[in-house]
Amino acid sequence: MSVLVYAESDQGIIKKIAQELISYGRALADQLGTTLYVAVMADVGTQNLAQYGAQQIVHIEHEALQSFSADAFAQAIAQSAKSVEAEVVLVSSSANSRYLAPMLAVGLDAAYVPNCTQLPLSTSPFQVTHSVYTNKAEATTEMTSAVKLIGLAKNAFGVSHFEGTAQTTSLTPDLNPSKCHVSATDRATDKVMIADAEIVVSAGRGLKGPENWHLIEDLAEVLGAATACSKPVSDLGWRPHSEHVGQTGKPVASNLYIAIGISGAIQHLAGINSSKVKVVINTDPEAPFFKAADYGIVGDAFDVVPELIEKLKQFKTLNA
Amino acid sequence: MEGIVYLYNEIKRVQNNSFPMKILVCISHVPDTTSKINFTDNNTKFDQNGVQYVINPNDEFGLTRALWFKEQQGASVHVITVGDAQCEPTLRKALAIGADEAIRVAVPATDGLVVAKALAQIVSEDDYDLIIAGRESLDYNGGMVPGMLAQLTGFAFVNTCIKLDIDHGKALAVREIDGGKETIEVALPLVIGGQKGLVEESDLRIPNMRGIMQARSKPLHVKELTPVASTATTLSYEKPAPKEAVTLVSGVDELIDLLHKEAKVL
Repeated sequence: MSVLVYAESDQGIIKKIAQELISYGRALADQLGTTLYVAVMADVGTQNLAQYGAQQIVHIEHEALQSFSADAFAQAIAQSAKSVEAEVVLVSSSANSRYLAPMLAVGLDAAYVPNCTQLPLSTSPFQVTHSVYTNKAEATTEMTSAVKLIGLAKNAFGVSHFEGTAQTTSLTPDLNPSKCHVSATDRATDKVMIADAEIVVSAGRGLKGPENWHLIEDLAEVLGAATACSKPVSDLGWRPHSEHVGQTGKPVASNLYIAIGISGAIQHLAGINSSKVKVVINTDPEAPFFKAADYGIVGDAFDVVPELIEKLKQFKTLNA
Repeated sequence: MEGIVYLYNEIKRVQNNSFPMKILVCISHVPDTTSKINFTDNNTKFDQNGVQYVINPNDEFGLTRALWFKEQQGASVHVITVGDAQCEPTLRKALAIGADEAIRVAVPATDGLVVAKALAQIVSEDDYDLIIAGRESLDYNGGMVPGMLAQLTGFAFVNTCIKLDIDHGKALAVREIDGGKETIEVALPLVIGGQKGLVEESDLRIPNMRGIMQARSKPLHVKELTPVASTATTLSYEKPAPKEAVTLVSGVDELIDLLHKEAKVL
């Protein structure tokens, strides 16, 4: 019996969500009185994984795994889990992990509960809490399958630090070829992604038109933030769909979410309310966003945002 | 027997490239996005009181794309849901906007794996080329049924799909990834986890009177199955504690100070 984390990486570097997941896995392994195994792809250096809590490392080596392929990765992780007799398997909430997890669940004949927000309430019986209804509620679910697959919600646990080292074993999985062939990838490398961002700066129709988005981009640049927008803004074509956050768009679970000129429709709030600190800037003090926010400024974005950019630059210089 | 049926379908597909596709669209019957979420029976059941049910938005984008394949490429479109008779008006709405037939699997939708296994059984009894489901439903947010269904049926799977074209049994799908998108070439049969982008918001259809009348006479099959045992049982729900009131600040200096010293996010 053991716990296995699939720690995802990008070009050989462990992602921050994977660090968090390893720390969560270690806490769960301690709770179960068992060992934490961390499965990583062959290009990942293993020397740093113990500091997040890894006790054993499974290095997955196969040439078909050099770039992401959900069905091949799911097979490889399933075989890693079987090789260490994992009772609990953990994945993150990234787009790739959400893609492969259901296939992995079938491969392990495991119940799968994503969006878990904390450690299991109890491990015998095995009960987990997870967010449902787009963060409008939490559910407690009992898992009774022999192997359990858990998805950890974004920004829900934090990274812990451990002393010690971890042993590495190699595993070469036996893979059926992937059914999907990726023929092109188009990824902005110079922009902060909403999925990974600690800070998200988001704007709505209050910005009056796409020509004013330089304000949002400048503010995001000072903060090292990702840019996002409300549904009407993406429906109007002012910004790409990929920036739409909310119930039918992307979920946001950042440390800081700044909403500028967004009234705060229930569907928008549902998508962003697992962010830790919310700031609203709006001319209308009756805007529903003020009920959901932690801090608010009643004011015109065209006055407040340029001043905010200037003052943040000064703040950054002073605190650098 | 299943193997022979599969082989027959494969041969048929190869022999006749232009054979019209048979599409199955999986639909979730979910509370409207503006619904107030409450629970009853000591927080063990969702409170349906005053709640409007709709086709899950991610599924509706997929259904609308399926109807495009019907109109442009002669595909046939079946819709399916797993659940009790309360889901039927949602299936009728799908028929009213253009689906040809509907199937309700009379199995309690207790968890994602139970739903996926019920769907897989129905899929194995027919010869679908393409299955479109939404990336996730707005109630449980599990996002697992499409991927599980693909794995159970042996179909290929593309998730978070924002564009889909099909020509001669080959699909060109665009998938949203963190920070961008990728283009995938894949052969049918295929399961899609779809979302906005498959069609635009403005392409979504509202049933007209003629469609509603026609939907009444279109077939709605009810399939009884013995469900597999659930291995993930939700015991209770809890709503988050009400938030503390917003701190209104007068200016930018105060905001930066609070975010730095109190909230500790700068």
